This record gives sequence, structure tokens and C-alpha cells, in this order.
Amino acid sequence: MNTSLHAGTPIKIAILAMGGQGGGVLADWIVDMAEHAQWWAQATSVPGVAQRTGATVYYVELMPEAAVQAAGKPPTLAMMPTAGDVDLVVAAELMEGGRALQRGFVTPDRTVLISSSHRSYAVGEKAAHGNGIADPNKVIEAGREIAKRFFCFDLQALADEAGSVISASLFGAIAGSGSLPFAREDYEATIRRAGVGVNASLRAFGAGHHAAASAPAAPAAIDTSRPLPVLPDTAAHPRTRQMLEELKRDFPPEAQPMMLAGLRRILEFQDLRYGREYLDHMRDIRELDAQFGGTAKSWALTAAAARYVAVAMAYDDVIRVADLKTRGARFERVRQEVGAAQDQLVYTTEYMHPRLEEICGTMPAFLGRRIENSPALSRYLGRFFRKGKFLRSGTLSGFLMLYALAGMRRFRRSTLRHKIEMRSLHNWLKLISDTVHHDYDLAVEVVNCRRLVKGYSDTHARGDSKYQRLTLAASQLLGSADAASRLRALRDAALADDKGNKLDAMLEQELRPAN
Amino acid sequence: MAERSFKKEVQQLRIGAGEEFRGEGILAVTKALLQSGVGYVAGYQGSPISHLMDVLADAQEILEELGVHFETSASEATAAATLAASVMYPIRGAVTWKSTVGTNVASDALANLASGGVTGGALVIVGEDYGEGSSIMQERTHAFAMKSQIWLLDPRPNLESMVKAVEDGFQLSEASNTPVILQLRIRGCHVHGRFTAKDNRRPEFSLQQALENPQRDVNRIVLPPAAFLHEQEKVKQRWPAAVRYIQENHLNEFFDGDAGDIGLILQGGLYNGVIRALQLLGLADHFGNSRIPLYVMNVTYPVIDDEVRSFCQGKKAVLLLEEGQPNYIEQNLNTILRQAGIDTALSGKDVLPVAGEYTTAAMRDGLQKFLERHHPGLLPRLDVPGVAAAAPQMEISQVARPPKEHALVFQEHAQKLAAVVPPRPAGFCTGCPERPIFSALTLAQEKLGEHHVACDIGCHLFSILPPFNLGATTMGYGLGASSTAAFNVPSSKRPISIMGDGGFWHNGLASGIGNAVFNKYDGVIIIIDNYYSAATGGQDIPSSRARNDHRATNNPIENAVRGVGVKWVRTLDRTYDVKRGEALIEEALTTKATGPKVIIAQSECMLNKQRRVKPAFNKAVKEGKRMVKERFGVDPDVCSGDHACIRLSGCPSLSIKDSGDPLKEDPVAYVDNSCVGCGNCGEVADAAVLCPSFYRADIVHNPSRWDQFLARLRGRIIGFLQARRAAYLEHHSL
Repeated sequence: MNTSLHAGTPIKIAILAMGGQGGGVLADWIVDMAEHAQWWAQATSVPGVAQRTGATVYYVELMPEAAVQAAGKPPTLAMMPTAGDVDLVVAAELMEGGRALQRGFVTPDRTVLISSSHRSYAVGEKAAHGNGIADPNKVIEAGREIAKRFFCFDLQALADEAGSVISASLFGAIAGSGSLPFAREDYEATIRRAGVGVNASLRAFGAGHHAAASAPAAPAAIDTSRPLPVLPDTAAHPRTRQMLEELKRDFPPEAQPMMLAGLRRILEFQDLRYGREYLDHMRDIRELDAQFGGTAKSWALTAAAARYVAVAMAYDDVIRVADLKTRGARFERVRQEVGAAQDQLVYTTEYMHPRLEEICGTMPAFLGRRIENSPALSRYLGRFFRKGKFLRSGTLSGFLMLYALAGMRRFRRSTLRHKIEMRSLHNWLKLISDTVHHDYDLAVEVVNCRRLVKGYSDTHARGDSKYQRLTLAASQLLGSADAASRLRALRDAALADDKGNKLDAMLEQELRPAN
Repeated sequence: MAERSFKKEVQQLRIGAGEEFRGEGILAVTKALLQSGVGYVAGYQGSPISHLMDVLADAQEILEELGVHFETSASEATAAATLAASVMYPIRGAVTWKSTVGTNVASDALANLASGGVTGGALVIVGEDYGEGSSIMQERTHAFAMKSQIWLLDPRPNLESMVKAVEDGFQLSEASNTPVILQLRIRGCHVHGRFTAKDNRRPEFSLQQALENPQRDVNRIVLPPAAFLHEQEKVKQRWPAAVRYIQENHLNEFFDGDAGDIGLILQGGLYNGVIRALQLLGLADHFGNSRIPLYVMNVTYPVIDDEVRSFCQGKKAVLLLEEGQPNYIEQNLNTILRQAGIDTALSGKDVLPVAGEYTTAAMRDGLQKFLERHHPGLLPRLDVPGVAAAAPQMEISQVARPPKEHALVFQEHAQKLAAVVPPRPAGFCTGCPERPIFSALTLAQEKLGEHHVACDIGCHLFSILPPFNLGATTMGYGLGASSTAAFNVPSSKRPISIMGDGGFWHNGLASGIGNAVFNKYDGVIIIIDNYYSAATGGQDIPSSRARNDHRATNNPIENAVRGVGVKWVRTLDRTYDVKRGEALIEEALTTKATGPKVIIAQSECMLNKQRRVKPAFNKAVKEGKRMVKERFGVDPDVCSGDHACIRLSGCPSLSIKDSGDPLKEDPVAYVDNSCVGCGNCGEVADAAVLCPSFYRADIVHNPSRWDQFLARLRGRIIGFLQARRAAYLEHHSL
């Protein structure tokens, strides 16, 4: 016999989305649009548990009705995308676009890739101790290389602006990309037929359409750099003006922007005198830096210290939290963040849970210490701080309490917490100074170890304990070869888990020969 | 109330002869049931057949008009036993569930049903949860069909074939007095397509008629000596009757092709994939025309010896495409060919993967290997630019795969991307009330040390994944408590087991709680009551709180637990109270009380709650009513960037962003607009004494005059003080 094969090739579309993003809605829209334009459409999916935040693929194939007529029987379309055999890939999030590339759905000869550039971080990225965010530009680079045409812009933001959802802006981007043989009217009629939130969807559709229609041939890289403050020419107050001038005159340009950020933090944390103290500490470090070869190393020590000396001096205490929570700018920011309209009122409830340690910390040193040293007193007072304090900062009683607490900044220097922090600061500065005499690079790493100290209560205690272990390691590593890189490895290990198990395991290995 | 409303789809169930149905595969099957004059339908929901149940639940009116009884079964065992109505009476019945897990549960009833045989058509519709997107162990329903001798249909995955399979299934069942399983794959259930409908039919014999004219026949009951008789009957009468029916009615399909010396034998469900694989090799078009002859087994059990023999006769080699393992069909075909003395070579798992989903790519590669061995002339010359067209009528632009150098570039990029693209494990939804229970459990373990935790099936199983990483085993739906039964020995640490409300009513009450009471079990059982069978799509169960016109809801779990004899029961009626949850778990782990310690943790599934609450809220706002919306936020300048809150919560709306502060290298926590204000993050931050950066914002819509007056008053005083402090800061700012 002779088998006769018929002409007619379907358009193959894969949609990659996360559960709840409306990938199914988008697939339904494409099917509905195609069927109304006299096409044969088939869509499949494997929702399963992916409905609950996981990633999933919706797959659509479209065949012109004319081809079906010519063949005389319905088409047999595939139930899943095949690597290397997809015409249009739509990703509702950047890393899902990356997943499409990784799975081979995109090929240079035929695949148009449309991906939103926004990120919805995976739980692994969010839960990391430090910065676990994946590099978005790896996906952009791969997309530019592999796709026939790559559209990449923030379709989530466009949808948000329009008060709609991403499926609408994605639908618009498909239309604007011109990758499917349908007219804009076909798309818009589909949205109207769906009949839910039509106007907002049409706005989002229009924005997506415009973005795709006017997109560059290849998307630009995403700017992931973190801008540093620019030094102002002058300052209002004569004494801050003088500090600014000293900063410009006495410190290397490499460290100036970070020092400016640090100085600003110090000033708002306490007062002018405290700013002066910061500059004094920095001057000591700059001198050490110059003495031990900093000029050849782009002043790495001063630059690193610029950040961490400021962070160490402007520690997180109850006074600072109360101050930050009661500022006018903060009230405005909250309104914006929750999207409150002009005629709506916004009240915030603060979830504070100071422990007895924090309370003692804000007391005059002698008093705080007395309580901490007396188990009976601690037990008695501790009872009052077992429960969290939920304060409503928009009411008068709540606000005044926090405001008064913030006003305690003028007594801060006499508090127990300040004494503790200053001792820690001085020990650390001494360690830096001792280290730099022998090993410049290790001294820089000692500075960076301060990254571990952050947060409040339990978080602070955990971080501080890791930091203590690291500083101990630093003094033991002193004198050994590549001590700096070994300390850096230990610091990375300290960020790997909560309790510092990995750090302990590595420490044991690292320091055994030294013992 | 199910996750999705099917009121619109239900209307398609009414369409009559000649009208075109367009929609999802599983809905087409539902329509096919009504067209076949089914008398009753029952089942237990679960992906991918939940929609069948949900549509029928929404179609009560149509079912009543037609005189069809529909029931949501307590379990798959219940559903299978429901088919007993077709044993003595000529009533068509259909039941449905997720396979293979549901078939495991149902197998006792199924075996009994299959032994005695049926009078009315008995159809079991299973959603085969296999391959990508599956959430269960990878096994085949095929084994159940073989062991009980139930016929197994695996139709081609287009709506027309699936609908026909329903009608064929009933007739085959009646012709051979044997229940029939209609197996639908995930993608087949969810495929959007079309078919031409027929009129719905009322059942010819009704359940009422049966009740009013009861019949019995002791020979149909599984008891010796009838049971021995049944086994003989199966092979001597029912099997031959089935074979005859299948052959005479052409349930299996043959498609001819010009390469007649070879052939493909395939399960019907694989048909579309096989055609695409052939097409990618230039051997088929997009309309199912193939150059290689095909024998499509829409009935995969029993195998029809005659058909196999006649297809293989005169062929040099055939390839069997059989998904999953063991390779039951391949073994069967080898026996058939050997016994018939046919020397056609049979390929199967020698060129195709032994285990795993038969993706188009896997089948294309298998086909290529088969052809290289038995008919290399058919293959297009791959990897060479400008391949010669194998079939000139057809566009074969896709025939060639990317040239090798391209493939290398891909591999390089794919490898690089593998390091970047993060895995996305499924997790709890935004605002899920189960999350705080696991936060509480985490905190309790931080205090009392790690314990053995046994999990169960349901949304709560996501606790196994990051960020909670809790739980050691999961043994099956409702078997959480049972799976710690062995750990009923004196120890300094008690075992903990989890069970959902769905699993509790499915079988956990008897197999878990009753068993624990009877055996004086000393461990802790946490029952998670979110008011629905949430993981399967939010269907009602006996303890659901909503009023349901057709079901009896509002039967508290606590009553049931106490009813089987549990003495130590604590109910946490707001799971978001993390501290209380933690305290209860600690109490349960340390109390001197003997016997099982049961904690019932209750809060409504947020997905369902929002579906109910959101429209009502928006409506009230529109009407000008004073409404307060809550959501959470994080102060970026207070947040330390430690992310401990995320590790204890994992809420999708609790994310991270750049701090915008040059002094803070690490990203800070951030609550996005999807927040539903459940309060878990604040509670966790409080219970774990994390940090004071969380706040709850109450947004007052349509504030009253009193609100406005107060706001003005507060604003004036607060504004004055804020301006004062801002001036101080401004004074010495830089």
C-alpha cells in the first residue's frame, strides 16, 4: 500500500508558570481565541500538586481548520512539549524562563521566548542566611544565545499597574510579539468573552502588547549593582560640614561613599559627638591601612571597615527600633506599601517582643547588671516579658510610648547595652590592629566577620556566638599560610545553617593541626 | 464547596444529540456517563479525576431530572463496594478515584466484585497519576486488572475515543459479567478537545425498582463453594465472552501503513505521543497517518491473542510501546508469539526505557533504535543539514534535530542554568493555616529535641519539604497515626504523627485513632482540621463547617475521637496562635497522661476562605460599609536580613528584596501584596522572639465619622511630634 501523508503543521506553545499564577487561564485564552478564529486547539497540563506554588507546564497546539478539512480527519496532537520542537515559550517568571531553556524547549531556529523579568524567589533563595538570590543575568545571557527572539520585561509590574494579573499582560506580550497568526482584536475579544475583570485585563493586555511591540532585538542585562551614595558638596550644619570636609580630605576615595553611608547612620542613630567617634575609629584604621600596604590593595581594609564600624556602632537596640517605627516617613511608607487610598485610614500594630535582656540593656549599666546578676530578680521581672508587646503605633498611647522610648537616645551612652557593645567594638578593633601587623588580608577578613552580628534577641545571640567562634579562629589562624581564604571559608560555613553546625565541623578540621 | 465552581461546565452536560461538546477530557467522560444511561455514580476525589466528582456535585439538578444517584464516598473502598448494586440488578454504575493509591484502598471490594461478577455494567474510572506532575508512588493499575481479572481500557487520548470507551466499557462489562476499569492518564483527563454529543439517557432499570423487588443468588456471593466456581467461570465463560465482544466490536484499532514488514503495538493512551514521535522521524503526519502499521490496544487487558497473531503474521519485527513496569503486556505477547510459532521479533523495553514516563522524546529515541535494527531505510538521515525528505507530501522541517554543534552549546548553557534555576518544591499557600502548626512543632522541637515525626497524605505533607523539613515517613492516606504504631514502647521521647481531616474520615479514625486507643498507644497525634478535603480541591467532608444541601456536615472530629475512647484531647481552634500550638505540643509530649494524646488543630483552608471572603469584602466596601482589611509588612530598616522568619514560615507572600541600604548587604524580608493578613509571620516572630520588624497594618475602608475625627486628632499630635524629631535629625544630617 501507499501511505499518504498530509500537509499541515501545528503551532506548539509551552507555558511555564508557578501554581496560582494563572498559567491555566492563559492556556484557556489561547484555546478560546484560536477556536473562535477557526483553528483546531488542544491544551493539556499536569497541575497536580504544582497548583500549590510548584512549577508546572501548560501545553497548547493549534492547527488551522483548513488543514484539518484538507486531511479529512481531526488532527492527532501531542500531549506534551518535546525539547527542540516548540514554537513559542511563555514563562510567567524569569527563572521559569530559565527552566524552559534548561529543559531544551527553546531552540535558535524557531522558538520565540517571552519571559517576565520579575522574580518570585524560590524558598531556597529566601531561606538562605545571607544572600541566596540567583543571578538573573545568567538566564538573560542564555536566552539571548538560544532563543530565535527573546522578549524579557517585567510583565508582573505591568499587570500590577493595570490592577490586573500577569496572565493578562502575558497575553498582551504574545500579541505584541507577533508570534501567533491572530490579530489584536482576536485577543481582546477573548478577554471580553471571559467576562472577568475585563477592563483591568484589557489595560494589562495593552501594556504587555506595547512592551513587546516596542521591545529591543535582545533584552538588556538586569542591573544588579547596589548604588552607593554620592558625596554632597556641602552640609547645612557647620559641624557636619566639617566632618564632610575631613572625610573628603583624609580618606581614600575608595572608602568615601561607604563612609558617608556609615556616618549618616551614626548621626541619625545618636548625635554629632558619636559621628566624631566614628571618624576617629576610621582614622586609626586608615593609618594602619597606610602603614601595612593599603595603597597597593585599594585600601581594602578601610573600605571594609567603613561599613562594619558603622554597623557595630549603630547596633539594633530597643531605642533605635522605637525611633524607626515612629518616624513620619515610616508612616508614609507603610501607607504606600499596603496600597492605601487617600480616603482610607491605616493603623499599624507593632510586633515587639523584648526580652528581659533587652530591657536591662536600656537601663543604666549598674542597674541592668544588678538585675541580670540576680537570678531571683531576673525570674521575677522576666515574668513580665514572656509575652510579646503588640503596640498600636497610630494611637496616642502606643505612639507616645514608642516616642518616649526613642527619646531615650540621650541616655543611651549610659546604658548597659552600650557598654557591652563598646567593649565588643574595642575588642574587635584591637583584633584588627593586632592582625594587620602580621597579615593584611586576614585583617580584612576579620573586619568582614562582623557580618555575622546582626538582629535582635535570639537571632542576635546566634549570630554573636558564631562571630565569637570566628574571631577565635582568626587569632589561631594568624601566621598560617592563606589564613585569609581559610577564614573566608569559615565565614561562608557560618552562613550555611542556623546553629553553626557546619562552622563547628569545619573549625574542628581547620584548627586541628594548630593544636 | 469545591475549589472550582463548575456551574458553567454543567450546562454542557445537558447538550443533546449532534451538538458539539468542547472542554476537558474528564468532563467529556462525565457527559458520556449520562449518555450511557448510568444509574448511579460514586467515587473519592483526587487529581486527576476530582473534576468528575466536582462537576457532578454541581449538577445535582440534572442528575435528579435523569434519576441518577450521585454520592461522594467515604473512601475508594466505599466507592468500589457501591458497585455491589450492579451485582444482582441490571443497573449501570460507575465509580471513580485516583489510581494507583485509590485502587490499593479499593482492592478488597474490587476483588470481591470481580469474583462474583456483575449483571449491570460496572465501570471503574481511574485517573492514572503517573509521570510528570504525579504526587504518588509510580505503579501500574494494570496489575490490579490482572490479579482480579477486571478488563482494562486505555483509550486513545482524544475526547471522542474516551467517550466511546465509556459506552464500550458498560457494554463489555454486561457482555462478560465482569467489572471494567477505564484508565485515563493525567494529560488525557486535562486535555481540551471536542466531540459530538448524544442525548442523555435515563437508566433503564432504577435503584428504586431494585429495592422494591429485591433479588439474591447465593452463587454470586464470595463464599465456598461459589468462590471456586467463580474462578472457573472467569476463565471459561467471562474471559471468552469478553474476547468475543472486543473483537466483534473492534474495540482495538488497526491502522495500516506502507512499511508492512514491521509494526507497532501500543497502549491506546500512548497513541498521540507515538504519532508525534513518528512525525519527528518523518514517518507520520499530524493526522495520525503513519507509514508503519499500528495496532492500538484500547483494551490493554485482556490481550486478544487472535489480534496479536494476525497483526504480527508476516512481519519481520514489531515494537511494543508499553509504559511503566513490570512489562506485563510484553511478557504476554512473547507467550502468544511463541505458542503460535510466529518468529516475528518483538522489541519493547530493550529499546525503550524500562521505567518512567514515555515522553515523546523517549519514544522517538526508542523508535529510532528499533528502526536502526529492523528497517534502517525508513529513517531520515539525521544530523545532516538539508535531509532528504522521507515523505515529499509533508513538511518535514522538524525532522532533523539540531546539528551537533548546537547541541553542545545547549548543553553548556543548560549546565550553567542548572546552577542558577532554583528548584520549586510545592509548599503551603499564602496564609495557609497549617503552616503555623509546623512552625509550632519546629519551635517545640527546638526546646524538647528532635522527635520521630510520621506524616500523612494531604497538603500537610508539604511539611516534609523546605523550609520545615519535618517528618520521616508517609504510608498512605489517613495512615499517619498507624505508621507510628510500632513505636509504642517506653522512651524518653514520644512519637508524633500527623493526620489531616480528609485522611481522618477516609480511614484514620479506625485505623489510626481507634487502633491507638485499643493498643494503649502513648504517642502524640496531631489532626489538622482545615474544614475541607483541601489537597484534592476543597471538597466537603463530614466535619466541614459549610451548610451543604446534599450532605450532612458539621460533625466535629473531637466527638468522633472521644467516641472511640481518646481521653486526652486538646482542640486548638485558631492554628495561627503559634505560642498556644507550641504549648499544646509540649504538653502532649511531656504529660504524665497515658493513652494517645490527640491535638485537633483547626482553622479554615485559606484558599477556600479567600474564595468565600474576598468577594463579600469587596461587595461590602462597594456598598460603603466600614470594613477593615488586615495585612502584614516588614520595616526594611528594622529587619536584620537574617531570614529566620522565612525559615520558620515559608509563606509565599513573605519574600525578600534588596535592602536599599548600602550598609546592609543581605536582602531584607518583605511582605508582598498577596498577603491575606493571616498573621502567621507576626506570631512566629513573636513566639520565636525573632525581631520587631513585623507590623500588621489595618486598612480602614470607608472610615466612619468617628474614625475620621479620631484620625485627625491623632494625626495632629503625632504629626507635631514627628515633625519635631524630624527637625532634630535634619538639623545635623549630612
